[in-house]
Amino acid sequence: MAGFLRTEAGKGLALSAPASLYVGLLVAAPLGILVAYSFWTQTYVEIDKTLTWANYLEAATDPLVRHLLLRSILIAGAVTAATVALAYPIAYFIAFRTHKKTLWLLLITIPFWSSYLLRVFSWKLILGFNGVMNSALISLGIITEPLTFLLYNEFAVVLTLAHAWAPFAILPIYVSLQKIDRSLLEAATDLGLTKLERFIRVTLPLTVPGIIAASLIIFIPTVGDYVTPSLVGGSQGKMVANLIQVQFGPANNWPLGATLSLVAMASVGFVAILFVILATALGRRIR
Amino acid sequence: MSTPVSEPLNKQLSAAVSKPRRRPIRFPWLLVYAIGYLIFLYLPVLLLPLFSFNDGTIVAFPMKGFTLKWYAQLGEQDTLLQAMVNSLIVGAVTALVATSLGLFAARAYVRYRFKGRELSEGLVMLPLVIPGIIVASSMLVLFISLGLKPSLTTVILGHVFVALPFAVSIMKSAFDDFDQSLEEAAFDLGESVIGTFRRVTLPIVAPGIVASLLVTFTVSFDEFVLAFFLSGNQPTLPVYIWSQIRFPAKLPNTLALGSLLLLASVLLLLTAEYFRRRSAKSA
Repeated sequence: MAGFLRTEAGKGLALSAPASLYVGLLVAAPLGILVAYSFWTQTYVEIDKTLTWANYLEAATDPLVRHLLLRSILIAGAVTAATVALAYPIAYFIAFRTHKKTLWLLLITIPFWSSYLLRVFSWKLILGFNGVMNSALISLGIITEPLTFLLYNEFAVVLTLAHAWAPFAILPIYVSLQKIDRSLLEAATDLGLTKLERFIRVTLPLTVPGIIAASLIIFIPTVGDYVTPSLVGGSQGKMVANLIQVQFGPANNWPLGATLSLVAMASVGFVAILFVILATALGRRIR
Repeated sequence: MSTPVSEPLNKQLSAAVSKPRRRPIRFPWLLVYAIGYLIFLYLPVLLLPLFSFNDGTIVAFPMKGFTLKWYAQLGEQDTLLQAMVNSLIVGAVTALVATSLGLFAARAYVRYRFKGRELSEGLVMLPLVIPGIIVASSMLVLFISLGLKPSLTTVILGHVFVALPFAVSIMKSAFDDFDQSLEEAAFDLGESVIGTFRRVTLPIVAPGIVASLLVTFTVSFDEFVLAFFLSGNQPTLPVYIWSQIRFPAKLPNTLALGSLLLLASVLLLLTAEYFRRRSAKSA
Protein backbone atom coordinates (compact mmCIF):
# COMPACT_ATOMS: atom_id res chain seq x y z
CA MET A 1 0.00 0.00 0.00
CA ALA A 2 2.69 2.48 0.99
CA GLY A 3 4.62 1.45 -2.10
CA PHE A 4 1.63 1.99 -4.36
CA LEU A 5 1.09 5.47 -2.93
CA ARG A 6 4.55 6.44 -4.07
CA THR A 7 3.86 5.55 -7.70
CA GLU A 8 2.41 8.09 -10.12
CA ALA A 9 -0.92 6.26 -10.34
CA GLY A 10 -1.12 5.97 -6.56
CA LYS A 11 -0.43 9.66 -5.96
CA GLY A 12 -2.94 10.69 -8.60
CA LEU A 13 -5.65 8.45 -7.21
CA ALA A 14 -5.00 9.47 -3.62
CA LEU A 15 -5.10 13.18 -4.39
CA SER A 16 -8.21 13.06 -6.55
CA ALA A 17 -10.08 10.54 -4.40
CA PRO A 18 -11.62 12.97 -1.87
CA ALA A 19 -13.22 15.10 -4.59
CA SER A 20 -14.43 12.24 -6.75
CA LEU A 21 -15.65 10.25 -3.74
CA TYR A 22 -17.54 13.30 -2.47
CA VAL A 23 -19.31 13.87 -5.78
CA GLY A 24 -19.71 10.15 -6.47
CA LEU A 25 -21.29 9.48 -3.09
CA LEU A 26 -23.56 12.50 -3.27
CA VAL A 27 -24.77 11.43 -6.71
CA ALA A 28 -25.09 7.71 -6.07
CA ALA A 29 -26.51 7.67 -2.54
CA PRO A 30 -29.35 10.19 -3.08
CA LEU A 31 -30.17 8.56 -6.39
CA GLY A 32 -30.31 5.13 -4.76
CA ILE A 33 -32.61 6.36 -2.01
CA LEU A 34 -34.71 8.24 -4.57
CA VAL A 35 -35.16 4.98 -6.48
CA ALA A 36 -36.11 3.18 -3.27
CA TYR A 37 -38.64 5.88 -2.35
CA SER A 38 -40.18 5.73 -5.81
CA PHE A 39 -41.29 2.16 -5.09
CA TRP A 40 -42.74 2.99 -1.66
CA THR A 41 -46.03 4.65 -0.73
CA GLN A 42 -46.93 7.54 1.51
CA THR A 43 -49.62 6.73 4.05
CA TYR A 44 -50.29 9.96 5.95
CA VAL A 45 -47.18 10.42 8.10
CA GLU A 46 -45.74 6.96 7.62
CA ILE A 47 -43.93 5.48 4.64
CA ASP A 48 -45.22 2.08 3.56
CA LYS A 49 -42.16 0.19 2.36
CA THR A 50 -43.96 -2.50 0.38
CA LEU A 51 -42.60 -2.38 -3.15
CA THR A 52 -45.11 -1.16 -5.71
CA TRP A 53 -45.29 0.36 -9.18
CA ALA A 54 -48.15 2.60 -8.10
CA ASN A 55 -46.17 5.84 -8.27
CA TYR A 56 -44.91 5.17 -11.77
CA LEU A 57 -48.42 4.22 -12.80
CA GLU A 58 -49.71 7.48 -11.38
CA ALA A 59 -46.94 9.47 -13.09
CA ALA A 60 -47.72 7.76 -16.40
CA THR A 61 -51.49 8.17 -16.24
CA ASP A 62 -51.96 11.52 -14.50
CA PRO A 63 -52.62 14.05 -17.30
CA LEU A 64 -51.19 16.87 -15.15
CA VAL A 65 -47.83 15.13 -14.88
CA ARG A 66 -47.66 14.44 -18.60
CA HIS A 67 -48.78 17.99 -19.36
CA LEU A 68 -46.19 19.63 -17.08
CA LEU A 69 -43.39 17.35 -18.22
CA LEU A 70 -44.15 18.01 -21.87
CA ARG A 71 -44.45 21.73 -21.23
CA SER A 72 -41.13 21.76 -19.35
CA ILE A 73 -39.39 20.06 -22.25
CA LEU A 74 -41.03 22.37 -24.81
CA ILE A 75 -40.20 25.50 -22.80
CA ALA A 76 -36.63 24.32 -22.26
CA GLY A 77 -36.38 23.62 -25.99
CA ALA A 78 -37.71 27.10 -26.82
CA VAL A 79 -35.32 28.66 -24.30
CA THR A 80 -32.40 26.75 -25.79
CA ALA A 81 -33.30 27.74 -29.36
CA ALA A 82 -33.90 31.39 -28.45
CA THR A 83 -30.74 31.68 -26.36
CA VAL A 84 -28.50 30.09 -28.98
CA ALA A 85 -30.06 32.11 -31.83
CA LEU A 86 -29.71 35.39 -29.92
CA ALA A 87 -26.20 34.54 -28.76
CA TYR A 88 -24.74 33.40 -32.08
CA PRO A 89 -24.41 36.89 -33.65
CA ILE A 90 -22.72 38.18 -30.49
CA ALA A 91 -20.26 35.30 -30.46
CA TYR A 92 -19.64 35.95 -34.17
CA PHE A 93 -19.15 39.65 -33.53
CA ILE A 94 -16.61 39.02 -30.76
CA ALA A 95 -14.74 36.38 -32.74
CA PHE A 96 -14.53 38.22 -36.09
CA ARG A 97 -15.48 41.86 -35.84
CA THR A 98 -13.73 43.34 -32.83
CA HIS A 99 -10.21 43.57 -31.50
CA LYS A 100 -11.36 44.16 -27.92
CA LYS A 101 -12.29 40.52 -27.35
CA THR A 102 -11.37 40.39 -23.66
CA LEU A 103 -13.34 43.53 -22.89
CA TRP A 104 -16.46 42.23 -24.66
CA LEU A 105 -16.24 38.82 -22.99
CA LEU A 106 -15.92 40.52 -19.61
CA LEU A 107 -18.85 42.86 -20.35
CA ILE A 108 -21.01 39.89 -21.25
CA THR A 109 -20.20 37.84 -18.14
CA ILE A 110 -20.40 40.57 -15.47
CA PRO A 111 -24.24 40.65 -15.22
CA PHE A 112 -24.18 36.92 -14.49
CA TRP A 113 -21.94 37.29 -11.51
CA SER A 114 -25.04 38.22 -9.57
CA SER A 115 -27.69 36.15 -7.87
CA TYR A 116 -29.93 34.24 -10.26
CA LEU A 117 -32.90 34.66 -7.92
CA LEU A 118 -32.49 38.45 -7.98
CA ARG A 119 -32.27 38.63 -11.77
CA VAL A 120 -35.47 36.62 -12.14
CA PHE A 121 -37.10 38.80 -9.50
CA SER A 122 -36.04 41.86 -11.50
CA TRP A 123 -37.70 40.49 -14.65
CA LYS A 124 -40.89 40.07 -12.66
CA LEU A 125 -40.74 43.77 -11.79
CA ILE A 126 -39.96 44.73 -15.40
CA LEU A 127 -42.77 42.70 -16.99
CA GLY A 128 -45.50 43.22 -14.40
CA PHE A 129 -48.91 44.80 -15.10
CA ASN A 130 -47.95 47.94 -13.19
CA GLY A 131 -44.30 47.26 -13.84
CA VAL A 132 -41.35 49.06 -15.33
CA MET A 133 -41.97 48.21 -18.99
CA ASN A 134 -45.66 49.11 -18.98
CA SER A 135 -45.21 52.31 -16.99
CA ALA A 136 -42.31 53.39 -19.19
CA LEU A 137 -44.26 52.77 -22.39
CA ILE A 138 -47.27 54.64 -20.98
CA SER A 139 -45.21 57.65 -19.86
CA LEU A 140 -43.64 57.76 -23.31
CA GLY A 141 -47.12 57.74 -24.84
CA ILE A 142 -46.48 54.60 -26.89
CA ILE A 143 -49.37 52.67 -25.34
CA THR A 144 -52.37 53.80 -23.32
CA GLU A 145 -53.32 50.53 -21.61
CA PRO A 146 -50.81 48.26 -19.84
CA LEU A 147 -49.81 45.22 -21.92
CA THR A 148 -51.06 42.06 -20.25
CA PHE A 149 -49.16 39.47 -22.26
CA LEU A 150 -45.82 40.30 -20.65
CA LEU A 151 -45.97 38.48 -17.34
CA TYR A 152 -47.31 35.14 -16.03
CA ASN A 153 -47.08 33.04 -19.16
CA GLU A 154 -44.65 30.95 -21.21
CA PHE A 155 -43.31 34.06 -22.95
CA ALA A 156 -42.10 35.52 -19.65
CA VAL A 157 -40.46 32.21 -18.71
CA VAL A 158 -38.66 31.91 -22.06
CA LEU A 159 -37.50 35.55 -22.01
CA THR A 160 -36.23 35.35 -18.43
CA LEU A 161 -34.39 32.08 -19.01
CA ALA A 162 -32.96 33.25 -22.35
CA HIS A 163 -31.49 36.12 -20.37
CA ALA A 164 -30.27 33.91 -17.53
CA TRP A 165 -28.40 31.51 -19.81
CA ALA A 166 -26.94 34.01 -22.29
CA PRO A 167 -23.24 33.64 -21.42
CA PHE A 168 -23.53 29.85 -21.39
CA ALA A 169 -24.48 30.06 -25.05
CA ILE A 170 -22.10 32.84 -26.08
CA LEU A 171 -18.92 31.33 -24.63
CA PRO A 172 -18.97 27.82 -26.21
CA ILE A 173 -20.01 29.23 -29.60
CA TYR A 174 -17.33 31.91 -29.36
CA VAL A 175 -14.71 29.25 -28.61
CA SER A 176 -15.74 27.15 -31.61
CA LEU A 177 -15.74 30.22 -33.90
CA GLN A 178 -12.34 31.23 -32.59
CA LYS A 179 -10.97 27.77 -33.40
CA ILE A 180 -11.89 27.99 -37.10
CA ASP A 181 -8.80 28.07 -39.28
CA ARG A 182 -9.05 31.44 -41.08
CA SER A 183 -7.45 30.02 -44.22
CA LEU A 184 -10.52 27.81 -44.69
CA LEU A 185 -12.67 30.93 -44.93
CA GLU A 186 -10.27 32.51 -47.42
CA ALA A 187 -10.31 29.31 -49.46
CA ALA A 188 -14.11 29.35 -49.51
CA THR A 189 -14.12 32.94 -50.78
CA ASP A 190 -11.46 32.16 -53.37
CA LEU A 191 -13.56 29.27 -54.62
CA GLY A 192 -16.36 31.68 -55.34
CA LEU A 193 -18.72 31.24 -52.40
CA THR A 194 -20.73 34.31 -51.46
CA LYS A 195 -20.61 35.46 -47.85
CA LEU A 196 -23.90 33.80 -47.02
CA GLU A 197 -22.94 30.52 -48.70
CA ARG A 198 -19.61 30.61 -46.93
CA PHE A 199 -21.34 31.08 -43.60
CA ILE A 200 -23.86 28.29 -44.16
CA ARG A 201 -21.47 25.76 -45.69
CA VAL A 202 -18.23 26.46 -43.82
CA THR A 203 -18.61 28.55 -40.68
CA LEU A 204 -21.87 27.13 -39.34
CA PRO A 205 -20.98 23.41 -39.70
CA LEU A 206 -17.64 24.05 -38.00
CA THR A 207 -19.41 25.55 -34.99
CA VAL A 208 -21.85 22.65 -34.53
CA PRO A 209 -19.83 21.27 -31.57
CA GLY A 210 -20.09 24.66 -29.86
CA ILE A 211 -23.82 24.83 -30.56
CA ILE A 212 -24.34 21.31 -29.18
CA ALA A 213 -22.34 22.12 -26.04
CA ALA A 214 -24.27 25.35 -25.51
CA SER A 215 -27.61 23.64 -26.08
CA LEU A 216 -26.93 20.87 -23.57
CA ILE A 217 -25.62 23.27 -20.92
CA ILE A 218 -28.83 25.27 -21.27
CA PHE A 219 -31.41 22.56 -21.93
CA ILE A 220 -30.64 20.11 -19.11
CA PRO A 221 -30.84 22.47 -16.14
CA THR A 222 -33.69 24.48 -17.67
CA VAL A 223 -36.10 21.53 -17.73
CA GLY A 224 -35.77 21.36 -13.95
CA ASP A 225 -35.81 25.08 -13.26
CA TYR A 226 -37.85 26.08 -10.26
CA VAL A 227 -37.33 29.79 -9.62
CA THR A 228 -38.32 31.24 -13.00
CA PRO A 229 -41.63 29.41 -13.48
CA SER A 230 -42.53 30.17 -9.86
CA LEU A 231 -41.88 33.91 -10.13
CA VAL A 232 -42.83 34.85 -13.70
CA GLY A 233 -44.67 31.78 -15.03
CA GLY A 234 -48.07 32.23 -13.41
CA SER A 235 -50.39 29.25 -13.80
CA GLN A 236 -49.72 28.99 -17.56
CA GLY A 237 -45.99 28.80 -17.07
CA LYS A 238 -45.68 26.20 -14.29
CA MET A 239 -43.14 23.48 -14.93
CA VAL A 240 -42.32 20.02 -13.58
CA ALA A 241 -40.02 21.37 -10.86
CA ASN A 242 -42.98 23.17 -9.30
CA LEU A 243 -44.86 19.87 -9.10
CA ILE A 244 -41.83 18.13 -7.58
CA GLN A 245 -41.47 20.85 -4.98
CA VAL A 246 -45.16 20.53 -4.07
CA GLN A 247 -44.69 16.79 -3.42
CA PHE A 248 -41.71 17.40 -1.14
CA GLY A 249 -43.34 20.43 0.50
CA PRO A 250 -47.07 21.08 0.96
CA ALA A 251 -48.42 17.77 -0.42
CA ASN A 252 -45.89 15.77 1.62
CA ASN A 253 -45.86 12.83 -0.77
CA TRP A 254 -42.15 12.07 -1.02
CA PRO A 255 -42.51 8.76 -2.89
CA LEU A 256 -44.41 10.50 -5.69
CA GLY A 257 -41.92 13.39 -5.63
CA ALA A 258 -39.04 10.92 -5.94
CA THR A 259 -40.77 9.21 -8.86
CA LEU A 260 -41.34 12.54 -10.61
CA SER A 261 -37.67 13.52 -10.13
CA LEU A 262 -36.53 10.24 -11.68
CA VAL A 263 -39.01 10.45 -14.55
CA ALA A 264 -37.98 14.05 -15.24
CA MET A 265 -34.30 13.11 -15.21
CA ALA A 266 -34.86 10.16 -17.55
CA SER A 267 -36.86 12.33 -19.97
CA VAL A 268 -34.15 15.00 -19.97
CA GLY A 269 -31.49 12.41 -20.67
CA PHE A 270 -33.52 10.86 -23.46
CA VAL A 271 -34.23 14.18 -25.20
CA ALA A 272 -30.60 15.29 -24.77
CA ILE A 273 -29.21 12.13 -26.37
CA LEU A 274 -31.72 12.39 -29.21
CA PHE A 275 -30.71 16.00 -29.76
CA VAL A 276 -26.99 15.23 -29.90
CA ILE A 277 -27.54 12.48 -32.48
CA LEU A 278 -29.78 14.70 -34.64
CA ALA A 279 -27.55 17.78 -34.42
CA THR A 280 -24.42 15.81 -35.28
CA ALA A 281 -26.13 14.24 -38.30
CA LEU A 282 -27.44 17.64 -39.43
CA GLY A 283 -23.99 19.19 -39.04
CA ARG A 284 -22.55 16.56 -41.39
CA ARG A 285 -25.43 16.98 -43.85
CA ILE A 286 -25.02 20.69 -44.57
CA ARG A 287 -21.32 20.34 -45.00
CA MET B 1 -24.24 23.84 -58.27
CA SER B 2 -21.79 25.40 -60.74
CA THR B 3 -18.20 25.31 -59.65
CA PRO B 4 -15.90 28.25 -60.28
CA VAL B 5 -13.46 25.88 -61.97
CA SER B 6 -15.82 25.54 -64.94
CA GLU B 7 -15.71 29.28 -65.55
CA PRO B 8 -13.46 30.51 -68.34
CA LEU B 9 -9.95 31.15 -67.15
CA ASN B 10 -9.89 34.78 -68.29
CA LYS B 11 -12.96 35.52 -66.18
CA GLN B 12 -11.31 34.05 -63.10
CA LEU B 13 -8.15 36.00 -63.81
CA SER B 14 -9.96 39.29 -64.20
CA ALA B 15 -11.81 38.58 -60.95
CA ALA B 16 -8.52 37.96 -59.22
CA VAL B 17 -6.92 41.09 -60.63
CA SER B 18 -9.80 43.34 -59.68
CA LYS B 19 -9.77 41.88 -56.16
CA PRO B 20 -8.55 44.86 -54.11
CA ARG B 21 -11.77 46.68 -54.85
CA ARG B 22 -12.89 49.28 -52.37
CA ARG B 23 -15.75 48.13 -50.28
CA PRO B 24 -18.47 50.68 -49.62
CA ILE B 25 -18.63 51.55 -45.92
CA ARG B 26 -21.24 49.21 -44.57
CA PHE B 27 -23.64 49.86 -41.75
CA PRO B 28 -22.27 47.97 -38.72
CA TRP B 29 -25.35 45.83 -38.07
CA LEU B 30 -23.51 43.43 -35.83
CA LEU B 31 -22.13 46.19 -33.63
CA VAL B 32 -25.58 47.72 -33.25
CA TYR B 33 -26.99 44.29 -32.41
CA ALA B 34 -24.20 43.69 -29.89
CA ILE B 35 -24.93 46.97 -28.11
CA GLY B 36 -28.66 46.23 -28.06
CA TYR B 37 -27.90 42.81 -26.61
CA LEU B 38 -25.73 44.37 -23.89
CA ILE B 39 -28.64 46.62 -22.90
CA PHE B 40 -30.84 43.52 -22.66
CA LEU B 41 -28.21 41.80 -20.48
CA TYR B 42 -27.73 44.74 -18.12
CA LEU B 43 -31.35 45.90 -17.86
CA PRO B 44 -32.46 43.65 -14.98
CA VAL B 45 -29.18 44.01 -13.12
CA LEU B 46 -29.22 47.81 -13.15
CA LEU B 47 -32.91 48.09 -12.45
CA LEU B 48 -32.79 46.88 -8.84
CA PRO B 49 -30.21 49.47 -7.72
CA LEU B 50 -32.04 52.22 -9.66
CA PHE B 51 -35.36 51.64 -7.92
CA SER B 52 -33.78 50.95 -4.54
CA PHE B 53 -33.23 54.73 -4.26
CA ASN B 54 -36.78 55.51 -5.35
CA ASP B 55 -38.92 57.24 -2.74
CA GLY B 56 -42.03 55.17 -3.43
CA THR B 57 -43.31 51.68 -2.75
CA ILE B 58 -44.14 50.63 -6.31
CA VAL B 59 -41.58 49.85 -8.97
CA ALA B 60 -42.77 51.90 -11.96
CA PHE B 61 -42.08 55.09 -13.86
CA PRO B 62 -42.18 58.00 -13.23
CA MET B 63 -39.86 57.70 -10.24
CA LYS B 64 -40.67 59.71 -7.13
CA GLY B 65 -37.51 61.07 -5.54
CA PHE B 66 -34.21 60.03 -4.08
CA THR B 67 -34.03 58.33 -0.69
CA LEU B 68 -31.71 56.14 1.33
CA LYS B 69 -34.32 55.12 3.88
CA TRP B 70 -34.84 51.62 2.43
CA TYR B 71 -31.17 50.92 3.05
CA ALA B 72 -31.29 52.45 6.54
CA GLN B 73 -34.21 50.19 7.51
CA LEU B 74 -32.26 47.04 6.62
CA GLY B 75 -30.07 47.31 9.73
CA GLU B 76 -33.09 47.09 12.01
CA GLN B 77 -34.30 43.71 10.81
CA ASP B 78 -33.07 40.93 13.05
CA THR B 79 -34.17 37.99 10.86
CA LEU B 80 -32.33 39.58 7.94
CA LEU B 81 -29.15 39.94 9.97
CA GLN B 82 -29.45 36.33 11.15
CA ALA B 83 -29.89 35.16 7.53
CA MET B 84 -26.83 37.20 6.59
CA VAL B 85 -24.77 35.50 9.30
CA ASN B 86 -26.04 32.09 8.13
CA SER B 87 -25.06 32.86 4.54
CA LEU B 88 -21.60 34.05 5.57
CA ILE B 89 -20.98 30.88 7.61
CA VAL B 90 -22.24 28.60 4.83
CA GLY B 91 -20.27 30.51 2.18
CA ALA B 92 -17.02 30.52 4.13
CA VAL B 93 -17.11 26.81 5.04
CA THR B 94 -18.19 25.86 1.51
CA ALA B 95 -15.36 27.91 0.00
CA LEU B 96 -12.76 26.31 2.28
CA VAL B 97 -13.91 22.72 1.77
CA ALA B 98 -14.57 22.97 -1.98
CA THR B 99 -11.26 24.73 -2.62
CA SER B 100 -9.25 22.18 -0.62
CA LEU B 101 -10.91 19.26 -2.40
CA GLY B 102 -10.47 21.07 -5.72
CA LEU B 103 -6.83 21.90 -5.00
CA PHE B 104 -5.84 18.27 -4.48
CA ALA B 105 -7.95 16.92 -7.31
CA ALA B 106 -6.71 19.51 -9.81
CA ARG B 107 -3.13 18.79 -8.79
CA ALA B 108 -3.71 15.09 -9.49
CA TYR B 109 -5.34 15.75 -12.86
CA VAL B 110 -2.60 18.07 -14.09
CA ARG B 111 0.44 16.36 -12.62
CA TYR B 112 -0.22 12.60 -12.70
CA ARG B 113 -1.33 10.13 -15.33
CA PHE B 114 -3.37 7.41 -13.71
CA LYS B 115 -6.17 4.96 -14.43
CA GLY B 116 -9.58 6.48 -13.95
CA ARG B 117 -8.34 10.05 -14.31
CA GLU B 118 -10.79 10.92 -17.07
CA LEU B 119 -13.64 9.24 -15.23
CA SER B 120 -12.81 11.21 -12.10
CA GLU B 121 -12.46 14.48 -14.03
CA GLY B 122 -15.85 13.92 -15.63
CA LEU B 123 -17.43 12.97 -12.33
CA VAL B 124 -16.45 16.17 -10.49
CA MET B 125 -18.00 18.24 -13.30
CA LEU B 126 -21.30 16.35 -13.02
CA PRO B 127 -22.93 18.76 -10.52
CA LEU B 128 -22.96 21.43 -13.26
CA VAL B 129 -25.38 19.50 -15.44
CA ILE B 130 -27.85 17.96 -12.98
CA PRO B 131 -31.00 20.07 -12.65
CA GLY B 132 -31.02 21.87 -9.29
CA ILE B 133 -34.43 20.58 -8.22
CA ILE B 134 -33.24 16.99 -8.59
CA VAL B 135 -30.04 17.59 -6.61
CA ALA B 136 -32.09 19.38 -3.95
CA SER B 137 -34.88 16.83 -3.62
CA SER B 138 -32.60 13.80 -3.69
CA MET B 139 -30.24 15.28 -1.09
CA LEU B 140 -33.16 16.13 1.18
CA VAL B 141 -34.32 12.51 1.00
CA LEU B 142 -30.79 11.24 1.67
CA PHE B 143 -30.10 13.49 4.64
CA ILE B 144 -33.45 12.77 6.27
CA SER B 145 -32.86 9.02 5.78
CA LEU B 146 -29.50 9.38 7.49
CA GLY B 147 -31.14 11.19 10.37
CA LEU B 148 -29.60 14.57 9.46
CA LYS B 149 -32.14 17.32 10.09
CA PRO B 150 -32.19 20.18 7.54
CA SER B 151 -29.81 22.82 8.87
CA LEU B 152 -26.81 24.89 7.86
CA THR B 153 -24.74 21.68 7.87
CA THR B 154 -26.87 20.07 5.19
CA VAL B 155 -26.82 23.29 3.16
CA ILE B 156 -23.01 23.27 3.34
CA LEU B 157 -22.88 19.63 2.20
CA GLY B 158 -25.04 20.55 -0.79
CA HIS B 159 -23.15 23.74 -1.60
CA VAL B 160 -19.76 22.00 -1.59
CA PHE B 161 -21.24 19.64 -4.17
CA VAL B 162 -22.32 22.44 -6.55
CA ALA B 163 -19.22 24.59 -5.93
CA LEU B 164 -16.70 21.81 -6.52
CA PRO B 165 -16.68 21.99 -10.36
CA PHE B 166 -15.80 25.69 -10.12
CA ALA B 167 -12.96 25.04 -7.66
CA VAL B 168 -11.54 22.19 -9.73
CA SER B 169 -11.55 24.10 -13.02
CA ILE B 170 -9.97 27.22 -11.50
CA MET B 171 -7.29 25.18 -9.72
CA LYS B 172 -6.65 23.14 -12.87
CA SER B 173 -5.79 26.25 -14.85
CA ALA B 174 -3.62 27.46 -11.97
CA PHE B 175 -1.61 24.20 -12.03
CA ASP B 176 -1.55 24.14 -15.83
CA ASP B 177 0.66 27.21 -15.86
CA PHE B 178 2.91 25.85 -13.16
CA ASP B 179 6.50 25.01 -14.03
CA GLN B 180 7.28 21.53 -12.72
CA SER B 181 11.03 22.06 -12.60
CA LEU B 182 10.68 24.54 -9.74
CA GLU B 183 9.39 21.76 -7.50
CA GLU B 184 12.08 19.37 -8.64
CA ALA B 185 14.74 21.98 -7.92
CA ALA B 186 13.44 22.55 -4.40
CA PHE B 187 13.33 18.79 -3.85
CA ASP B 188 16.91 18.39 -5.10
CA LEU B 189 18.04 21.19 -2.82
CA GLY B 190 16.87 19.14 0.14
CA GLU B 191 13.33 20.32 0.86
CA SER B 192 10.90 17.68 2.09
CA VAL B 193 7.71 16.91 0.15
CA ILE B 194 5.62 18.99 2.52
CA GLY B 195 8.24 21.72 2.62
CA THR B 196 8.33 21.90 -1.16
CA PHE B 197 4.57 22.15 -1.31
CA ARG B 198 4.43 24.84 1.37
CA ARG B 199 7.36 26.96 0.24
CA VAL B 200 7.31 26.54 -3.55
CA THR B 201 4.02 25.17 -4.88
CA LEU B 202 1.63 27.00 -2.60
CA PRO B 203 2.98 30.53 -3.13
CA ILE B 204 2.88 30.10 -6.90
CA VAL B 205 -0.67 28.78 -7.06
CA ALA B 206 -1.85 31.13 -4.28
CA PRO B 207 -3.62 33.55 -6.66
CA GLY B 208 -5.55 30.57 -8.06
CA ILE B 209 -6.52 29.53 -4.53
CA VAL B 210 -7.76 33.03 -3.74
CA ALA B 211 -9.75 33.09 -6.98
CA SER B 212 -11.27 29.69 -6.18
CA LEU B 213 -12.17 30.75 -2.62
CA LEU B 214 -13.92 33.89 -3.88
CA VAL B 215 -15.80 32.14 -6.68
CA THR B 216 -16.99 29.21 -4.54
CA PHE B 217 -18.00 31.63 -1.78
CA THR B 218 -20.10 33.59 -4.28
CA VAL B 219 -21.64 30.44 -5.76
CA SER B 220 -22.77 29.44 -2.28
CA PHE B 221 -23.80 32.97 -1.29
CA ASP B 222 -26.14 33.28 -4.30
CA GLU B 223 -27.45 29.70 -4.38
CA PHE B 224 -31.18 29.37 -3.72
CA VAL B 225 -32.85 26.06 -4.63
CA LEU B 226 -30.62 23.76 -2.55
CA ALA B 227 -30.76 26.13 0.42
CA PHE B 228 -34.56 26.33 0.02
CA PHE B 229 -34.83 22.54 0.40
CA LEU B 230 -32.05 21.94 2.90
CA SER B 231 -31.95 24.90 5.28
CA GLY B 232 -34.90 23.94 7.49
CA ASN B 233 -35.51 26.83 9.87
CA GLN B 234 -32.10 28.40 9.36
CA PRO B 235 -32.64 30.47 6.19
CA THR B 236 -29.75 31.80 4.15
CA LEU B 237 -30.06 35.23 2.52
CA PRO B 238 -31.57 34.03 -0.79
CA VAL B 239 -34.13 31.96 1.15
CA TYR B 240 -34.92 35.02 3.27
CA ILE B 241 -35.35 37.13 0.11
CA TRP B 242 -37.66 34.46 -1.31
CA SER B 243 -39.86 34.77 1.76
CA GLN B 244 -39.94 38.57 1.41
CA ILE B 245 -40.76 38.68 -2.31
CA ARG B 246 -44.38 37.82 -1.60
CA PHE B 247 -45.01 40.90 0.54
CA PRO B 248 -45.51 44.03 -1.59
CA ALA B 249 -44.99 46.21 1.49
CA LYS B 250 -41.48 44.77 1.87
CA LEU B 251 -40.61 45.41 -1.78
CA PRO B 252 -38.43 48.54 -1.34
CA ASN B 253 -36.39 46.85 1.40
CA THR B 254 -35.96 43.76 -0.76
CA LEU B 255 -34.73 46.00 -3.58
CA ALA B 256 -32.18 47.64 -1.29
CA LEU B 257 -31.00 44.28 0.04
CA GLY B 258 -30.89 42.83 -3.47
CA SER B 259 -28.82 45.77 -4.72
CA LEU B 260 -26.29 45.29 -1.93
CA LEU B 261 -26.03 41.59 -2.78
CA LEU B 262 -25.58 42.32 -6.49
CA LEU B 263 -22.80 44.76 -5.65
CA ALA B 264 -21.14 42.26 -3.29
CA SER B 265 -21.26 39.44 -5.88
CA VAL B 266 -19.84 41.57 -8.68
CA LEU B 267 -17.06 42.98 -6.48
CA LEU B 268 -16.12 39.51 -5.20
CA LEU B 269 -15.97 38.02 -8.67
CA LEU B 270 -14.09 40.97 -10.17
CA THR B 271 -11.49 40.42 -7.44
CA ALA B 272 -11.47 36.70 -8.25
CA GLU B 273 -10.95 37.50 -11.92
CA TYR B 274 -8.03 39.75 -11.02
CA PHE B 275 -6.35 36.94 -9.04
CA ARG B 276 -7.11 34.36 -11.70
CA ARG B 277 -5.38 36.48 -14.34
CA ARG B 278 -2.48 37.13 -12.03
CA SER B 279 -1.97 33.41 -11.55
CA ALA B 280 -2.02 32.91 -15.31
CA LYS B 281 0.49 35.72 -15.84
CA SER B 282 2.97 34.68 -13.15
CA ALA B 283 3.67 31.39 -14.90
